[in-house]
Amino acid sequence: MLHFIIFAPLLGAVFSGFFYKKFNEKTVLYFTTSLIFISSVFSWITFFSLDLSSIERIILFKWMESGSLVVNWEIRLDSLTTVMLTVVTTISAFVHLYSLGYMSHDPNWEDSENYKSRFFSYLSFFTFTMLMLVTSNNFVQLFFGWEGVGLASYLLIGFYYKKSTANKAAMKAFIVNRIGDIGLALAIFSTFYYVNSLNFDDLFLNAPIIAEKNIEILFFKFNALEFIVILFFLGAMGKSAQFFLHTWLPDAMEGPTPVSALIHAATMVTAGVFLVCRLSPVIEYTSVASNVIVLVGVVTALFAGTVALVQNDVKRIIAYSTCSQLGFMFSAAGIGFYQAAMFHLFTHAFFKALLFLCSGSIIHSMHHQQDIRTYGGLRKKLPITFYSMMIGTLAITGVGIPLSYDLFHLPIGFSGFVSKDSIIEGIYASKDESAFVYFIFITFAAFLTSLYSWRLIILTFFGEYRGKREYFDNAKEDSRSINITLIILSFCSIFVGIIFYDVFLGKKAEYFFSQSIFLLPSNTILSDLHYIPVWAKLTPLLSMIIGALIAFIFYVQKPNLPKVFSENQNILYKFLINKWYFDEIYNVIFVKSSKWLGNFFWKTGDEKIIDGIINYISLTFIPNLTRFVGRLQTGLIYHYAFAIFIGLVSILTYFLVSMGG
Amino acid sequence: MDYLLSLVIFFPSFGAIILGIFLRAENIESNKNAKLLSLVSTFATLIFSLFVIYNFNSDESGFQLVEEYEWLMGLNYKVGIDGISLPLVILTTVTMPIVIISSWKIENKVKEYMICFLLLETLILGVFCSLDIVLFYLFFESGLIPMFLIIGIWGGNNRVYAAFKFFLYTLLGSILMLFAIIYMWTVSGTTDVPSLMSFNFNSSGFSLFGYSIKGGIQSLLWVAFFASFAVKLPMWPFHTWLPDAHVQAPTGGSVVLAAILLKMGGYGFLRFSLPMFPDASILFQNFIFVISIIGIIYTSLVAMMQTDIKKLIAYSSVAHMGFVTLGIFSMNQQGIDGAIFQMISHGIISAALFLLVGVVYDRMHTREIKFYGGLVSRMPNYALFFIFFTMANVGLPGTSGFVGEFLALLGAFQVNKLASIIACLGIVLSACYALWLSRTVIFGTITNSRLLKITDLDGREKLFFFPLIVLTLVLGVIPFLILEISSNSVGLLVSNFVENIE
Repeated sequence: MLHFIIFAPLLGAVFSGFFYKKFNEKTVLYFTTSLIFISSVFSWITFFSLDLSSIERIILFKWMESGSLVVNWEIRLDSLTTVMLTVVTTISAFVHLYSLGYMSHDPNWEDSENYKSRFFSYLSFFTFTMLMLVTSNNFVQLFFGWEGVGLASYLLIGFYYKKSTANKAAMKAFIVNRIGDIGLALAIFSTFYYVNSLNFDDLFLNAPIIAEKNIEILFFKFNALEFIVILFFLGAMGKSAQFFLHTWLPDAMEGPTPVSALIHAATMVTAGVFLVCRLSPVIEYTSVASNVIVLVGVVTALFAGTVALVQNDVKRIIAYSTCSQLGFMFSAAGIGFYQAAMFHLFTHAFFKALLFLCSGSIIHSMHHQQDIRTYGGLRKKLPITFYSMMIGTLAITGVGIPLSYDLFHLPIGFSGFVSKDSIIEGIYASKDESAFVYFIFITFAAFLTSLYSWRLIILTFFGEYRGKREYFDNAKEDSRSINITLIILSFCSIFVGIIFYDVFLGKKAEYFFSQSIFLLPSNTILSDLHYIPVWAKLTPLLSMIIGALIAFIFYVQKPNLPKVFSENQNILYKFLINKWYFDEIYNVIFVKSSKWLGNFFWKTGDEKIIDGIINYISLTFIPNLTRFVGRLQTGLIYHYAFAIFIGLVSILTYFLVSMGG
Repeated sequence: MDYLLSLVIFFPSFGAIILGIFLRAENIESNKNAKLLSLVSTFATLIFSLFVIYNFNSDESGFQLVEEYEWLMGLNYKVGIDGISLPLVILTTVTMPIVIISSWKIENKVKEYMICFLLLETLILGVFCSLDIVLFYLFFESGLIPMFLIIGIWGGNNRVYAAFKFFLYTLLGSILMLFAIIYMWTVSGTTDVPSLMSFNFNSSGFSLFGYSIKGGIQSLLWVAFFASFAVKLPMWPFHTWLPDAHVQAPTGGSVVLAAILLKMGGYGFLRFSLPMFPDASILFQNFIFVISIIGIIYTSLVAMMQTDIKKLIAYSSVAHMGFVTLGIFSMNQQGIDGAIFQMISHGIISAALFLLVGVVYDRMHTREIKFYGGLVSRMPNYALFFIFFTMANVGLPGTSGFVGEFLALLGAFQVNKLASIIACLGIVLSACYALWLSRTVIFGTITNSRLLKITDLDGREKLFFFPLIVLTLVLGVIPFLILEISSNSVGLLVSNFVENIE
């Protein structure tokens, strides 16, 4: 069954990629989609029937062996894996279903171009690599999955390969991810250096020993374990679009919307969070590195929230929102609250996929208009999308009944409420020195979340329509597969929080993660969580309400206020709308300078200096050289060389034969 | 099968002799016969080489299938293989039939062209199999001639310049090696490679013209061999002949050059420098690391700025060879295994990349990157292959390109962390130039009207890409196939090395 879960998507990818001509294209698409659905059902069965008392490891076959290094293709099954399996296959299944409708007519392609089967092939291929990533039992297979999803992401962002912006975005995503991958690779090399193996368990077992060691590079001395964890985290930052390495994610929205939902919201970008949680046995022994993780998480949550406030492209707003939510997860993992990070990853997958698919539904019905300034008043036109997106927004902003856990031993609220508020409360409860500062910042990020989410809803669905009239008149929700997907995901976004609270954070949590997440005895956040002051429990909700109120004032009551604001605070506004100028700065520091260097090395280094020296040396040969050339042209040298050569060979053969006898 | 190895080595030139003697006429019919005959003889060589694998025992670490005969003037003919040379032998025999098929459309002096390639194959195989240092030198040097002719006769417009640059560079490198070989012969009294490996060359320092030379004679010998191998590989800053040679060479020439000839340098380091001059190798380890790293970064940056597809790939080759030297001189199992794997993998991938360039060059007669763009809409299969090999070239896990780089860097990290860290930048830069190339050439829309009628791959072209794709994937997923062959010999090399320097 496990084999099927992982390899069915690969089969689907190959089938839909190469055999669409043999069969009807439609057959191929349905076949691929149903494979993923079966895979998803199996994942849920695995989830509920998982033996939590031990880790299952299945060796498929040997990958490489070199001296003491032995690496297998292997499946590791524990609770972390099953959480990821269910998330990945479920979201992937719904995205496949959704795409049946969404991709059925695409103005970017002619019908003869078979873009649909290509699209489904990529989607399934992505699912396969993602599953390889989450089931790996060693760092090399993790790296395979890591770069594999990068490739799938590259192909899908650049899916509209006729558009140069799409191609650029795809390349950017791949390259920025690769920078993170350097960190991952170096972390792997260091791991091997210390434990002489690349299996997870060997590193985990030896973590306390490595923590005693120092690593020296050039004139610097680091604690070996902190060094390793920071390198791993660099990889996680790249994949999960954290501060400094986030620039690719907004551009990745060039890909078709289902892709954004699956890869750039629900699954691939959460791989970094998964990695950090997977490394809990190592991170528990670090202090600097775990602080770096929290800090980067908090900063990203804030930064992305501020940028999301002023963006006008519907998908980019949600992309920055994703970035910000990932920051929440990292800050939870950094303080040692891995369960909450995984829980938020789990709920976020549903409501963020929902939000993206809703935006896809809007885009689909609005003739691929993505600018929210041209939306407005779409509530009546697109009712299903409207209600779904409302649910998604209620989930992401965290609407629920505070203190419900204390009263009924069950938190009542939308999925985002349950998971996100736990993170915020967990940060408050943590013993970290700067916990309170983090708490304030992350609460502020929650406030921003509410503000930009409601801004999006209000500008899209309320007020007057501001775009082209004909688009509005033609707008309709006519694709059944899109509507079904939205409705199901809406239900998930409401209930998964309540249903799975017990497993992730409640009574069963300790047992559920007993094998997969390691906690030092001093790490007691999971129980401390419930004993924080009431005001701290109310703050997240309060910040959410304030955010919603401000959005209401800004965009409903006094719609000219944002304009006045942006004019008064021009510098701040420019700073935000240009996304803190990251692209511009990177362009100067990295792109321009390496181009200059490349040109310099080529024109000056190679052609002037190296060839110059060579030419100078060969000047002494020039008289002979010219004569030589002359001979070449008459063909003499050619025969000459040939004669020598054949002579040589025949002598060799002669002796071979005569001696051999 | 006592003569199996000699059979593999000389079978291609047997084909060449038949071509040379019996094929007289100059018409289409005879051209076709020349192609067929060379295809048959390279293919037969491939089959014979499979027998070599069959007879090879990967549990043994020493030389196998050894043949030894006396030859002229007390020289010995001695051939044999071990786990280091066998993968390279197979690489050669697999590549050559593909080269012949890819040259099917050559119309100018077909017979001579084929003879050159067949002789070249013999010489290359000879290099990898020789266990006598003089024999090695003969093969190593004579290989220059056919390659020189291939570039100089069937090359592009500036072929004479490129051919001479290639010839002079490599010749100058090898003259030093010749002196070293003669010296080694006089000191040790043998030209037998295994005996030379166990011979201890004096490594105590002495002074020359007031300069003290660390590592003594060993260092000098090491430098002499280095001169030859560094040019061949090529290592920065001895690499400038390669882009020119590639640009001017016909497609088949480029393929052989990139896929096989470059590997002679890496092989030389493994066969001679490391086992024979261990103290000097340690002495020069950091030097090699430095120029390898410079090579990786420098040539990757230069590759990014190229306007000619072939030149870009040539520079990318130099960068990839940097990982080979990095791996070799980390002098541990993973590093050297990685280096060998990288050589094989690069052989396959660079062959495919040069063939891909050849495909569009055949159609459009230009290699200007700017000329192309949007090929995917006219050539979907070509685009698929192009992206596949681009990804293999940037070392995506699951393709063979990953394993070599990974192991080499892993090995290097164990001995010099800084070197490995800097070299890792190369994997980002390779993504930069390779993806930029495919974005410009493959994606986008066709803007150049001359491309509107370009045709996709035909059956023959698919035929020679197919095995390369299979190999790239198979070696990526089960690299174990090659590592199993090489690991014991590498293990012996490493343990001997450690013993020698202690």
